[in-house]
Amino acid sequence: MGIADRLIEDVGLRRGVSRLTPEIIEKTVNAVISGETGARLKAYAETCMRCGLCAQACHFSLSHPGDPSYTPAGKVQQTMSVLLKTGGRVDPDFIYGMAQLAYTECNLCRRCVHYCPIGIDTGYIMSTVRRICHKLGVTPQYIQDTAHSHSATFNQMWVKDDEWTDTLMWQEDEARDEFPDIRIPLDKEGADIYYSVIAPEPKFRTQLIYQAAAIMHMAGVDWTMPSEPGWDNSDMCMFTGDFEMMGRLKRKHFESAQKLKVKRIVMGECGHAFRSIYDMGNRAVGWKMPPVPVIHSIEFFWELMQQGKIKLVKKYPGPVTVHDPCNVVRGRGLHEKLRELVNFLVEGGIVETASNREHNLCCTAGGGVINCGPPFKNVRVAGSKAKAEELRATGVKTIVAPCHNCHGGLEDTVHSYKLGMEIKFLGDIIYECMEKPEV
Amino acid sequence: MNAAYQFVTGPLAWAAWGIFLLGSAYRLISMYQLAKAKDPTAIAYMSWHFSLRSIINWLIPFNALGWRKSPAMTIATFAFHACLFLTPIFLVAHVLLWDQAFGVSYATIPDGAADIMTLVVIAACLYFAGRRLVQPEVRYITTPQDWLALIIVLAPFLTGFLAYHQAIDYDAMIILHVVAGEIMLAAIPFTRLSHMVFAVFTRAYMGSEFGGVRHARDW
Ligand code: SF4
Ligand code: SF4
Repeated sequence: MGIADRLIEDVGLRRGVSRLTPEIIEKTVNAVISGETGARLKAYAETCMRCGLCAQACHFSLSHPGDPSYTPAGKVQQTMSVLLKTGGRVDPDFIYGMAQLAYTECNLCRRCVHYCPIGIDTGYIMSTVRRICHKLGVTPQYIQDTAHSHSATFNQMWVKDDEWTDTLMWQEDEARDEFPDIRIPLDKEGADIYYSVIAPEPKFRTQLIYQAAAIMHMAGVDWTMPSEPGWDNSDMCMFTGDFEMMGRLKRKHFESAQKLKVKRIVMGECGHAFRSIYDMGNRAVGWKMPPVPVIHSIEFFWELMQQGKIKLVKKYPGPVTVHDPCNVVRGRGLHEKLRELVNFLVEGGIVETASNREHNLCCTAGGGVINCGPPFKNVRVAGSKAKAEELRATGVKTIVAPCHNCHGGLEDTVHSYKLGMEIKFLGDIIYECMEKPEV
Repeated sequence: MNAAYQFVTGPLAWAAWGIFLLGSAYRLISMYQLAKAKDPTAIAYMSWHFSLRSIINWLIPFNALGWRKSPAMTIATFAFHACLFLTPIFLVAHVLLWDQAFGVSYATIPDGAADIMTLVVIAACLYFAGRRLVQPEVRYITTPQDWLALIIVLAPFLTGFLAYHQAIDYDAMIILHVVAGEIMLAAIPFTRLSHMVFAVFTRAYMGSEFGGVRHARDW
């Protein structure tokens, strides 16, 4: 029982491991452990009482009942505990399994925090394992490709600079049929709002940019989008363990906002990007809190609602259920605002899943897991069985999920477990139900 | 026998307390220095308010999600920890020892109650051991260190119980009991029992991050 019994072929992991020797491994492991970790890891390793209470926290272990190798402490046991016990004297094959486990069987969702009396952050331990894998050059191919894209272009999807502005102008143009005087203002200095998105939006979810522009326009918001790199706030480097790149990305992002002298950054409906700019990436460059105030779409839309700036012509037919994205709920406590907003937008209210608000079950896509790509899709979907059961039990037809990764993951879950549910962004619902000009 | 008793309650007791107190102080100070040197992005967020909020919420039985989902363990661990602390501190025989040695005396619990509390500790230890043997998720992660910690804690209570009831040779048993208690004290800074010293800080850190940065509960 354990990761060695369920290895999956991945080009990136295989090639990375083929270059390793025991000496390289030992040196790298110890360089990270003694150079980059400290009291936190030491205290976690020593005070974990091996009580197993966290077993019931993790959707992976809930979805694989009776298999302790999927529990939070079980995952640490197979990875970091071995590294610490052996002082990094492990063989390359071990690294393969360790990398597969850390990248594809933990979403860094931190649900286990609610179960551990000691206060151990398994997500931190798994991030540290990933950091070691990154330094060893053993990363799944798909997610590494996005990390390479970040390094080369400062965005996740190899979007070229001219394609970016082109896409914005194209969406502005499209929207003019519906909103004749709409603008997507580029590089407007001193704007109230700097709107930032993740690269998958211009790449293949352009309607989200369209919808955001429509909402901003109808609410009369003073906003802008940057034309130059820095516009993408996503961060797969945070998940591969490339913390140097994570720092560079966030510096670029904040500096781009500072250059435009904007008052606040509003970000689209993405969870991991929020974690990067609000929690992890800012720390990597030494900002205790983000140097430019950052708010997530949930909060931004909630503010617009409070100010009466979202005018609805109808309500969205519900009831719906809400999927709480870990990174903005356990990561920023936006769950009540999310519910107030959904109740405002929807007819028939919310039917909660059994685990909700801070205690939500993860979509199983987050933490870079979905970005590890097709080789690991089945593992991911199998891990979301517990989530699927909670969703099915609500008996509703619509899931509101204000996060890109959650969408991707939930689409697979809904499909594989035949839940017959549709998944909506808040922007989808607001756009559909809001007042639009008579053209 | 008397000389042996004198030795274990005299010099050996001093040694055990010394190792416990100095060892704990050493571990705490060196851990703090390590944190200052290596975890600046963690300690920058420490907050009294959110630390206490988290600690208090976790000290209430069945308050945290984790407690609610494992009711048997919750009852066992709360009863265990309460009796583990209260029994040795307020036992009549122990208070008498403090009185003899330093002339300090304070409230005690009746021997009958102490007897039951001792049984609670023993029963909880057996329950923990049972989980380690039977429950797959606990068995999978159990290490020799965990057994060691369990035995170290069980020993003084088991020997104390046997001595009090004079079940086997009292004189030998009481010496064993004292030694077992001393081993437990001395082991605190250097075994899994160190969670007694460190857990308050790991909890406080998690509480500070969740409260101050993430604006969410961590229980
Ligand atoms: S997936 Fe979430 S609950 Fe499971 S171990 Fe990772 S952080 Fe903990
Ligand atoms: S709940 Fe905490 S202390 Fe218990 S096994 Fe899990 S991580 Fe370790």
